[in-house]
Amino acid sequence: MEFSFSEDQNELRRAARRFLEVESSEKRVRAAMATEQGYDSAAWSQLSEKLAWTALTIPEEFGGLGLSCLDLHPLMEEMGRALLCSPFFSTICLGANALLLGGTRAQKERHLSRIAAGETTATLAYDEKNDRIEADGVDATYVPTAEGYLLRGSKHYVVDGHTANLIIVAARSKDSKGAEGVSLFLVPGDTEGVKRAWLPTMDQTRRLASVELADVVVPSEALLGEAGRGWKLCEQTLDLARIALAAEQVGAAEMCLDMAVEYAKVRTQFGRPIGSFQAIKHKCADMLMMVESARSAAFYASAVAAQADADLEEAASSAKAFCSDTFFYCAAENIQIHGGIGFTWEHPAHMYFKRAKATEVLFGDPAFHRERVAKHMGL
Amino acid sequence: MELQLTKKEEAFRQEARAWLEAQLNGPFKDLQGRGASGDQDTYVEERIAWGKVMGAAGWNCIGWPKEFGGRGCTIKEEAIFNEEYVRANGPGNVGHIGETLLGPTLIHFGSPEQQKRFLPPIVAGDEIWCQGYSEPGAGSDLANVQTKATLVRNEWIIEGQKIWTSGAQYSGWCFVLCRTDPEAPKHRGISYILVPMEQEGIEVRPIRQMGGSAEFAEVFFDGAKADKDHVVGGINNGWKVAMGTLAFERGASTLGQQYLFHQEFDQVMEAAKRAGAAKDPILRQRLAQAWIGLKIMRVNALRMLEEEGADLSREALISKLYWSNWHRDLGKLAMDILGQEAELLAGAPYKLTPMQKWYLFSRADTIYAGSNQIQRNIIGERGLGLPKEPR
Repeated sequence: MEFSFSEDQNELRRAARRFLEVESSEKRVRAAMATEQGYDSAAWSQLSEKLAWTALTIPEEFGGLGLSCLDLHPLMEEMGRALLCSPFFSTICLGANALLLGGTRAQKERHLSRIAAGETTATLAYDEKNDRIEADGVDATYVPTAEGYLLRGSKHYVVDGHTANLIIVAARSKDSKGAEGVSLFLVPGDTEGVKRAWLPTMDQTRRLASVELADVVVPSEALLGEAGRGWKLCEQTLDLARIALAAEQVGAAEMCLDMAVEYAKVRTQFGRPIGSFQAIKHKCADMLMMVESARSAAFYASAVAAQADADLEEAASSAKAFCSDTFFYCAAENIQIHGGIGFTWEHPAHMYFKRAKATEVLFGDPAFHRERVAKHMGL
Repeated sequence: MELQLTKKEEAFRQEARAWLEAQLNGPFKDLQGRGASGDQDTYVEERIAWGKVMGAAGWNCIGWPKEFGGRGCTIKEEAIFNEEYVRANGPGNVGHIGETLLGPTLIHFGSPEQQKRFLPPIVAGDEIWCQGYSEPGAGSDLANVQTKATLVRNEWIIEGQKIWTSGAQYSGWCFVLCRTDPEAPKHRGISYILVPMEQEGIEVRPIRQMGGSAEFAEVFFDGAKADKDHVVGGINNGWKVAMGTLAFERGASTLGQQYLFHQEFDQVMEAAKRAGAAKDPILRQRLAQAWIGLKIMRVNALRMLEEEGADLSREALISKLYWSNWHRDLGKLAMDILGQEAELLAGAPYKLTPMQKWYLFSRADTIYAGSNQIQRNIIGERGLGLPKEPR
């Protein structure tokens, strides 16, 4: 395993930053987050069609570029840095990953090429509105029928669920419990009986939705992976998404650090820049220590994911726990260092603070992930 | 999670491993694991003898250029050697101040005569050095040193006191920051002088630490003498030399250190399973946190080692602050896991268990070699370009 980014990866990062400084400027982010859709369609078609970001991790045989999770890492950092409002995360890190891990050749051919081209957006609907976690939280059911399956239930916290063209739904067979009996299904968003609603959230830069499944009929080829073995697939997909999210958190946390440092250099009080006071300087030093360490955690996890290593679960949980804590810490300190202006709607500090909380609780909070690591340690 | 090694580096690792195993399972068997942190005042003579054997076999100062008696190893090779050293349970190295601090300083700032006189005995393990920096009134504010050196004919006459000097009890030489121009602004009147320890004008008084051992000492200079030509880097230029010394720390010891941390962590895990703490949800969180932190420390180090050649990278700047905090937290976690049992000593009158030793000693980690507060100043100023505090 190499422990530094390659020149190609660094070049992708530079190109992404140039693009996002324009297409995901603060002004553009504020405009996108005020819409119900939650993203700017023009920017989406630019990044998918022109820059081929959606094709990056799709294998070449399905119209992609065949790059790895580690190649994606710098891009995720930059998207986090710019608070990009986009269905990229849901489509690539959830939808495409689930298809890559569990899809038949026909399913991949059908969906991945469209995802690579930016023509299809996708997401994963596994969570529900109950207080149970992981597979135990899946109450939605499926019943085999003559032509396929009948899905019933209601999914919650579905990332971009109100706009996604393709929703991958977790449901369980009747009377099954725990991980046993959970299956995943490919459900086009416009299927009859699918009712979706935007769930307004504190963080406005990423959309959550509810998805109601009122006797939804899907054909037999809608089953993704093996019947009854879907939880494993769901979990693997989530781990890949957690790693991508961790990389995003690193980029966003670093942006908070950069904002705080820049302000501490120019803001003067008591006749000198506040960054010359240890009270401020030491906060910034701690932020740097956490950002670089979070980068190590996420980098390592991305590298593990790229090698399809057995270590994936632990690496993903370690990264998600540490990067969540880091992002929250940096976003909070950024507000404190900015003082009054940092508390206003006008200043972007709150947008990072809100994204930090949203990413922290998405797909398991730090305590959940540390407990998962503890189990791996044999505790 | 390993460094990627070239064939040459892998061969180097095997060579080091074979030599260390032969020695530490053979003639130096009794020295395994001796003289580590919290235990540095034990087996001193034996460890000095060990240092000479290391030197004769070419394993001292391997990172120094060949012309000065080193092997010209890259930082990666040095890190590999350090890791093997710890893996073989090698004893605390009494020569490390000479090897990592004085030697590189002389190579960079010393005169050819000084290099010729002082470098070979460090490589051979014949001369042990200590560092005369801190004083009662000069800790983090190191430039405030008051120990005075006056040139009288061909000699420096030194008056004053140093403190927290590790290994002063058994060192033959000390590099001492002395005030040589009391009139100059405080950073500009300091000289870096090489002083022999075995002389009338020097008295060493060991200081007992909170763990009970005496690894550092006070050093009193009362008319101590040093050769006129043993000023490094020029008279009144000592501050620059001292700051340069800090920059020579390349972080090669980091992998070896982490190997030790890993062993300590394993002990904590065992204790947790034994004491039933493994069932406590809060302690499980803290154990997982510590484990995640240890793995991140390793990736931080591997990233740093792959960025050879650049100025001090961000990963290098955060290293001391990161590991010292991690280690201190681990010490506390160990005691919390043991609960009431944490109090019980290994024996009378004050024999600590290994965990108690590093629990207590880790309180020093965040103080010596630049306290956490000084580290944060360095990170803020060098890493982030924040303005300096007016001084």
